[in-house]
Amino acid sequence: MATEALALDGVDALYGESHVLHGVSFSLAEGRVLALLGRNGAGKTTCMNTVIGFLRPRNGAVRVFGEPVQRLAPDVISRKGIGLVPQGRRVFARLTVKENLVVAHQKRGGAWTLERVFELFPRLKERQAQDAGSLSGGEQQMLAIARALMGNPRVLLLDEPSEGLAPLIVAEVGKTIARLKREGQSIVLVEQNIQLAFSLADEVVILNTGRVAFSGPLDQVRTNEALITQHLGVF
Amino acid sequence: MQYWAIQTLNSLALGGLLFLLAAGFSLIFGLMRIANLTHGALFMLGAYIGVSVMRQWPNLWFAALAAGAAVAIFGGLLERFILRQIGGNVLGQVLVTLGVSFIIADACLLTWGGDPIPIPTPPLLQMPVRIGSFIFPAYRLAVVGIAVVVAIALYLLMERTRLGAMIRAGVDDPQMASAVGIPVSRLFSTVFCLGAALAGAGGVIGGPILSAYPGLDADMLPLALIVVILGGAGSLLGAFVGAFITGFVYTFGVALLPDLAYVILFLPMILVIAFRPRGLFGKFAA
Ligand SMILES: Nc1ncnc2c1ncn2[C@@H]1O[C@H](COP(=O)(O)OP(=O)(O)OP(=O)(O)O)[C@@H](O)[C@H]1O
Ligand SMILES: [Mg+2]
Repeated sequence: MATEALALDGVDALYGESHVLHGVSFSLAEGRVLALLGRNGAGKTTCMNTVIGFLRPRNGAVRVFGEPVQRLAPDVISRKGIGLVPQGRRVFARLTVKENLVVAHQKRGGAWTLERVFELFPRLKERQAQDAGSLSGGEQQMLAIARALMGNPRVLLLDEPSEGLAPLIVAEVGKTIARLKREGQSIVLVEQNIQLAFSLADEVVILNTGRVAFSGPLDQVRTNEALITQHLGVF
Repeated sequence: MQYWAIQTLNSLALGGLLFLLAAGFSLIFGLMRIANLTHGALFMLGAYIGVSVMRQWPNLWFAALAAGAAVAIFGGLLERFILRQIGGNVLGQVLVTLGVSFIIADACLLTWGGDPIPIPTPPLLQMPVRIGSFIFPAYRLAVVGIAVVVAIALYLLMERTRLGAMIRAGVDDPQMASAVGIPVSRLFSTVFCLGAALAGAGGVIGGPILSAYPGLDADMLPLALIVVILGGAGSLLGAFVGAFITGFVYTFGVALLPDLAYVILFLPMILVIAFRPRGLFGKFAA
């Protein structure tokens, strides 16, 4: 049995009175990539928000390597080893590129340092003294990934890393994620770009209006056109 | 000539004191969006604590440090147990901080009485300093020097250290900052304490010029507000420039047109609000 890195267990989440997640359960094994798919508004980002602690689930549990974290604050959850690359990147615009990375550094016995992150993204090194707000969209996405890596996360959450990027940049981001996977990083990948998700995932979870519509290994989805058309609306 | 030279130095000294007062006010407002109206009272409380400390240990600098520490602790308790409970409620915070100011003012009146208490100038700085053909009171020069040193230290802290970058990240996007592991609310409490410490120490350092008296709080708070509106909330440079502008306008206003001093004081502020609501260097509309 592989170690469970992250698990959602019967999570109900609400924004005010609007009930968005209904008993969502899935789990990610250590060193694997789980693609979390679904249409706009399906609740993918809400799952991420619940894991990092932006949103407290009303019911259910979130476990990080077996430890319940659903009552903890985001900074504490981050220190338990969750790294978030949020939808829309949310780099600290008025900090320099280097400052964005330095403030997010957590050792946790991991290998990621400023030097290694700059090695992975040479473009960020060239622009390290520039304000992050002045970077291009692709560069900001790389910075958001690099910032999450600086925390040496045990689980990396990527929320639509390809959103709004030119195809060439999407390919580059894809290559980076593939490399992280090879190095054994546990990853939850939220994507609308199904091809990209399929090229990286081991497991797939499909959300539909806040419920898990499918959960299983990649092979069972890739060839199942009915499933894909019904819940993802592509092909 | 001597008269105007002295007025200029007085302006600078008042500007320096206003910077010590307004830097914390501005940082706290810029970071936490709390308009901390206790700031004038913290300045006065610092002055009175300085008075008591100096009765035991007659050293102004030690008294300033002690008062800064005591007021920082007071500010920390205020932030932790009162202001944080009503986080996000701007009107509530304005009313509560105003109420706490009244409480501090009354407590000071009870403890230290209603007569102004002078704070002696340190002996080494009592001599006048001769620069060219002008003679200046040395202590006022020292106050300007302290303000400049504090300004540089704060600048380095905020712009050149990891801690400062973390604070700025928390200002930029508090939620995202917490998601990368930054303990945002703890950092903000620290800044609140730092701002209170500056105000408290400022009260003692201002003592030889202003002395400690009931109403010192109400005299200083409007000046701090003007500084922050002029310079722009959340900007250290703004607090610095705004403090010296206010120091000059107030000092020369009183000297030239004593009857209109307050009107003149509010003029630049009104101009800034009309034409540049963010203040000269600010990031937010006030
Ligand atoms: N802050 C919020 N307040 C209220 N409702 C929200 C909030 N954020 C999201 N929602 C609602 O919750 C539902 C799920 O949103 P969520 O952002 O999780 O979807 P998503 O799957 O990430 O979509 P997308 O692919 O467009 O990013 C949507 O109906 C959305 O309108
Ligand atoms: Mg989303």
